[in-house]
Amino acid sequence: MASIQSATQLREKLPFNWGSLLRWLGIAMLLLWLIAPMIPLFIWSIAYRWFFPNILPASYNMRAWEYAFSPAAGALESLYITTYIAVVVTLLSILVGVPAGRALGLHRFRGKRIIELLILSPTIIPSLAVILGIHVVFIRLGIANSVLGVILVHLIPGLPYMTLVMAGVFANYDPQFEEQARSLGAGPIATIWYVMIPTVMPGIIVGGLFTFLISWAQYITTLIIGGGRVQTLPLKLFNFVSSTDYPVTGALGIIFIAPGVLVLLLTSRYLTGRSAVGGIGNI
Amino acid sequence: MTQVRLADLTKIFDDDFAAVNDLSLDIESGTLTALLGPSGCGKTTTMKMIAGLLRPTAGDIYFNDNSILDIAPEKRGAVMVFQNYLLFPYMNVGDNIGFGLKMRRVDKREIRRRVAEMLELVQLPGIEKRKPSQLSGGQQQRVALARALIVEPNVLLLDEPLSNLDAHLRDEMRELVRSIQRELQITTIFVTHDQEEAVVLADEIALMFDGVLQQYAPPAEFFEAPSTVAIARFFGGLNFIPGTLENGAIHCPCGSFQAPKSGVKAGVSTLSIRPEAIQLGGRGHNDVEGVIRSHVYVGRYARFRIDIGEFQVEAVTEPSQVQHHQDGSTVTLHFPPEKIWVLPPEEEHKDEGNESAG
Repeated sequence: MASIQSATQLREKLPFNWGSLLRWLGIAMLLLWLIAPMIPLFIWSIAYRWFFPNILPASYNMRAWEYAFSPAAGALESLYITTYIAVVVTLLSILVGVPAGRALGLHRFRGKRIIELLILSPTIIPSLAVILGIHVVFIRLGIANSVLGVILVHLIPGLPYMTLVMAGVFANYDPQFEEQARSLGAGPIATIWYVMIPTVMPGIIVGGLFTFLISWAQYITTLIIGGGRVQTLPLKLFNFVSSTDYPVTGALGIIFIAPGVLVLLLTSRYLTGRSAVGGIGNI
Repeated sequence: MTQVRLADLTKIFDDDFAAVNDLSLDIESGTLTALLGPSGCGKTTTMKMIAGLLRPTAGDIYFNDNSILDIAPEKRGAVMVFQNYLLFPYMNVGDNIGFGLKMRRVDKREIRRRVAEMLELVQLPGIEKRKPSQLSGGQQQRVALARALIVEPNVLLLDEPLSNLDAHLRDEMRELVRSIQRELQITTIFVTHDQEEAVVLADEIALMFDGVLQQYAPPAEFFEAPSTVAIARFFGGLNFIPGTLENGAIHCPCGSFQAPKSGVKAGVSTLSIRPEAIQLGGRGHNDVEGVIRSHVYVGRYARFRIDIGEFQVEAVTEPSQVQHHQDGSTVTLHFPPEKIWVLPPEEEHKDEGNESAG
């Protein structure tokens, strides 16, 4: 992102061909950054015998993929539970983050800076430091080692992003649109549904994407709160990494990364523009 | 048909600032009323209270003698059109205009029919499918008006309806607003800071300074019979000479004038006369001597600045008068008695619009 931005800024100063060169260089670097790490993963997943000085494996087979999709590996089950948790976490954080962001973006009140700092704190404090304490509480509440517990603990790193993105969106939001809707005959709920939600939708999508990916990638929180019972993809992946079965690790790695890239591509048009950048710029 | 009555309406904001102070107005059904005043005088606050978007601190609002304070804005039937139109950007023109009907759960086909009708009324037929961003300011204004009119409001509230348009469009919109209002007979209240706009459009003008109602009257009265010097100034009055009123004549330091028309009974007062009423050349009565300080030839008229003793007046005359009068020369001015209006004495500070006359 940064390289593209600076390239666009430079383009105005430099002669045309230099600017366009920089821009293409930026895009190429970005693609390299995203795609390149996936190449070895892919090769590993289909490698049969791959020994040291060879650049490419001596032969290929589909053993790792067959295994990854077999019930014995439990990868599909993990894919399902990971998706389930990430979707629920995203929906919950929308439910909390939109009103919270509205309050922060639209209103001034006492102690607002402190609340903003508190909301940000989970992104600053290492989760390991907090998680052990939460674990004790969750055991008492009887929600340790459960999917519910994992969902709740994923909200801790996920919610700040949702809330801050929404605060940025609401800082640019004109509440007069709501007054206009009321005046035209919309009740309070219809006003939220027909006016507020469509207006802040790009922010909800961007914030939701962040939250989804954060939940998707959680390892240590899931490990501790889930107690090994909740086998999300990162946990499964780590098991295979430590078992040194690289082809299976490669296949699982791709299963793990692919949905994230897919979600990113589907929502990428919302990632540019004021709504998304406004949120981050506001911090 | 809705008659609107504001009774001692007051709005005090958090910082103890009285945006609207004890405002009482009786607005006849089917009329077009202007809330006029400099910016920040409480006009828009008043309008939002009528629309139900702000709750008054004190006082009451009646539609046809029923208090509406406890009625939610969406049920009041008082539709407000905001200064910046506020068309929903993610909806096309048709959906924007149909919004109010959709909220009232009107059948879709009926909505489509009425939207087409409304676009006809505001002279923009067939643009249902366009996005607001593809419209010019004037078109957006018309769409916003159509969106309000489609719900057949009891009261139509227009906040600075013409201020974002250029001069040419403004004239056009003025006529459109006036003709639609006459046709549909909707009680309409509009806010403006432009006295000319208020005069041209309104049946009645409520002039406000600093949240306080100054005068509530038909437009002509603000020119012919303003109740204070500040009001006269706001309506372009320039010539004020202090004096004392006694038996239908006002005695000023520079002379005495017959003044049959007066807003005060007697005593210390102010003579006012509009620049276009002053005549150059004496008539034998109500005359006064002055020295021409400067003049401007404008083409359609000429404007003279004349010193009368320590006071200065401005006279607007036929353009040909510049040939007969040079700067520095002495001239006799005639103040026609029926054009003189006697006002209460001017208050201390003279800032236009800063006056809070009782």
